[in-house]
Amino acid sequence: MKIIQTDLLCVGAGLAGERVAIEAADNGFSVICLSIVPARRSHSSAAQGGMQAALGNSAMGEGDSPDVHFADTVKGSDWGCDQEVARLFVDAAPIAMRQMAFWGVPWNRVVPGEQTYYKGGKPFTAFEKPENEGLIHSRNFGGTAKWRTCYTSDGTGHCVLYTLDNRAAQMGVSVIDKVEAIALIHDGDTCMGVIARCLKTGELTAYLAKATLIATGGFGRIYRESTNAVICDGGGLITALDTGVVPLGNMEAVQFHPTGIVPTDILVTEGCRGDGGTLLDKNEYRFMPDYEPDKAELASRDVVSRRMTEHMRKGLGVPSPYGDHLWLDIRHLGEAHIRTKLREVDEICQSFLGVDPVYQLIPVRPTQHYSMGGVRTNKDGAAYGLKGLFSAGESACWDMHGFNRLGGNSLAETVVAGMIIGGKIVEFLKGSETVIKTASVRDAMDKQNARIADLVACKNGSENPYTVRNAMFDSIMKGAGIFRNGKDLETCVAELQEILGRARRVGLRSNGKGANPELTMALKIEGMVKLALCVAYGALKRTESRGAHTREDFPERNDRDWLTRTLATWADGADLPTLNYEPATHVFEMPPGDRGYGGGKIIPMNG
Amino acid sequence: MGRTLTFNIFRYNPSDPASSPHMDKFTLDETERMTLFIALNRIREEIDPTLMFDFCCRAGICGACAMVINGRPGLACHTKTKEMPAEITLMPLPVFKLVGDLSVDTGTWFRGMYQKVESWVHTDKKFDPKAQEERMDNALAEQIYELDRCIECGCCVGACGTALMREDFLGAVALNRLARFILDPRDQRTEKDYFDIVGTDEGIFGCMGLLACEDVCPKQIPLQEQLGKLRRKMALAAVKNILPKFLKKDF
Repeated sequence: MKIIQTDLLCVGAGLAGERVAIEAADNGFSVICLSIVPARRSHSSAAQGGMQAALGNSAMGEGDSPDVHFADTVKGSDWGCDQEVARLFVDAAPIAMRQMAFWGVPWNRVVPGEQTYYKGGKPFTAFEKPENEGLIHSRNFGGTAKWRTCYTSDGTGHCVLYTLDNRAAQMGVSVIDKVEAIALIHDGDTCMGVIARCLKTGELTAYLAKATLIATGGFGRIYRESTNAVICDGGGLITALDTGVVPLGNMEAVQFHPTGIVPTDILVTEGCRGDGGTLLDKNEYRFMPDYEPDKAELASRDVVSRRMTEHMRKGLGVPSPYGDHLWLDIRHLGEAHIRTKLREVDEICQSFLGVDPVYQLIPVRPTQHYSMGGVRTNKDGAAYGLKGLFSAGESACWDMHGFNRLGGNSLAETVVAGMIIGGKIVEFLKGSETVIKTASVRDAMDKQNARIADLVACKNGSENPYTVRNAMFDSIMKGAGIFRNGKDLETCVAELQEILGRARRVGLRSNGKGANPELTMALKIEGMVKLALCVAYGALKRTESRGAHTREDFPERNDRDWLTRTLATWADGADLPTLNYEPATHVFEMPPGDRGYGGGKIIPMNG
Repeated sequence: MGRTLTFNIFRYNPSDPASSPHMDKFTLDETERMTLFIALNRIREEIDPTLMFDFCCRAGICGACAMVINGRPGLACHTKTKEMPAEITLMPLPVFKLVGDLSVDTGTWFRGMYQKVESWVHTDKKFDPKAQEERMDNALAEQIYELDRCIECGCCVGACGTALMREDFLGAVALNRLARFILDPRDQRTEKDYFDIVGTDEGIFGCMGLLACEDVCPKQIPLQEQLGKLRRKMALAAVKNILPKFLKKDF
């Protein structure tokens, strides 16, 4: 058995994984990051928009502070977040952004004097103070009181990821790519590392560590229509769920983005609307101000996505062979702006649609985008259930996003949480020794070898893993999408339970040798269906509407009964997750109130 | 539409002793707005589950899906079939180590590259979490971003005559990376430091000027311009290095 040992093992080498890795390496610990793709291809690279931090340098950000950022974040979460964590986040965000600048991120900077910006499709001028010249600039994003989003044109994720990966290389972090963790090594009490499969050779290796971090990003690929990269299939979450003792938090909280392009579901940035893009219906009528007079296109993304769906249900969508969609109009921003400030958007439209956004409308529809749920951790990033296991970034439910996260807050979370949790992991590494039990390592390895042998031999059946996945897609898109109701969710849960049975009977058509992609899929499909069941079952039980979770049959946000976080664990051999609940927050810096957009009634806490 | 597409695809699984390099033929009915991303996934899911290829973002941002498409390196996610003839030949990128079929190991190559050029900001300053950020001119930040846009897809390396002939050639991607740091005032390296990295045949003087790198760059990064600038700068640095000290001044 091949065994590799380190102090900290980061599963995932996107922004969160690498930021944590750098913190530990900086403190003298040995660190290995495992990544299923070269680190710089992580989905973090695809984030175009930016990172929220209350620097308040720009004219439209004047008067901003962590307190205002805090209020926006809690409101955005629909009071579903842990307020202690939101506070930690907003206070640390400016430091993290400045640190990124120090390490080399070419943030856009304040240019003094009169500047032309756009709001609601109309140009206006603002005066940037000469004394702020050259400080980090910020742009507008939905759901915020101030312009707060730090950015580098529309390649923010790319630039920050490259900078962090450079820094990781400099600090001697070992990034091993094309490797996938397929199981955690644990004894029901302590996590000791992972069993990982090499995606170049198929070889299994046991990576042993004092601390293990899950930073594998979102699980959007349990939906057919998703803006997520194809690698975002919940691999890290599956290894946590499979332990039977680590709960996943708020899995029913799934965010849809208003502007996935049709038909490929590639995301065009919220920056389009921030910069003044508008949404039009089949009559090329701008409808958002009718629904949201104040914020219009800049209401939070769950609100905009639902309003779009509502509008299309009235028959005002644009018919197409791929179903109805709406139009995003950025033509009025002009060629200079689109070709430079929104260049990625321009490229996406030209390359994947054959549409020139300077002259033509962009077909868009709401598309699965972000998973608020994930491995439930405490404020230090430590997972519930297993000592030595941590999580950060989208794979975690840390939980500053509650039931809806704001644009620019997730990308910021990766580096801010990475900084904070990295610090806590350093304390953990300094303060404890992990005893590695060889029996646990051998058991975990034997179990995975047996799984692979069974799949190759079709021991449990010969269901095609791709067919099973497609059945899951059909079921969850229909039952647990943007609008939900009891009847459809019940059907969805029943269907997914049947699909889970099929997932347990998959077998390979090929020999499974080397980097075999069929085996990769087969090893994962049962876990993916389990994640889908956590979403659908959690959504069925949560009889209220909060943030991105919208029940047509329970339109009120019910603080009396549901100011809670769902915790889903999976007992060995079970067909459904076990759901438990904990209070959404123990600290109320801001009592529950109205979000100020989105409408909807609230049943108060003591109502 | 209505065409039947034929795909000739390179096949070889180095981990399987029974496998030997050969070409396989697959046919698919073309659909509206079909890209190679859609086509390859359909082949794998409907015809041959063993077909190895890489996609990640499928949106032209991450660079994972570079391959040789009808003789030319490019991103498969970007490639619309309607712009291609009905017969499409797909090969893995050369230079990089083959993982299997169309999948190559770019990670190891690029890691070697950025260790060699020390692709990070070199500074003796310490970050002060209490201090305001150091200022930068916005136009300069945008210039740095221009060069920072490289997605390390490997197309320029796969298309490079020198890289094909000598393993140690750093390629346009490395020279562009270095140009990015030369531009960045946060990086305190001197001209001589840069010269030590690229002032050789492995670097700036190995380029034969075939220009293919820039032709195939999916991000349209002005690679040749950077190369030209760098070469002039390094040639001057080389001259300066042999001049007596009292004659040296800033060129």
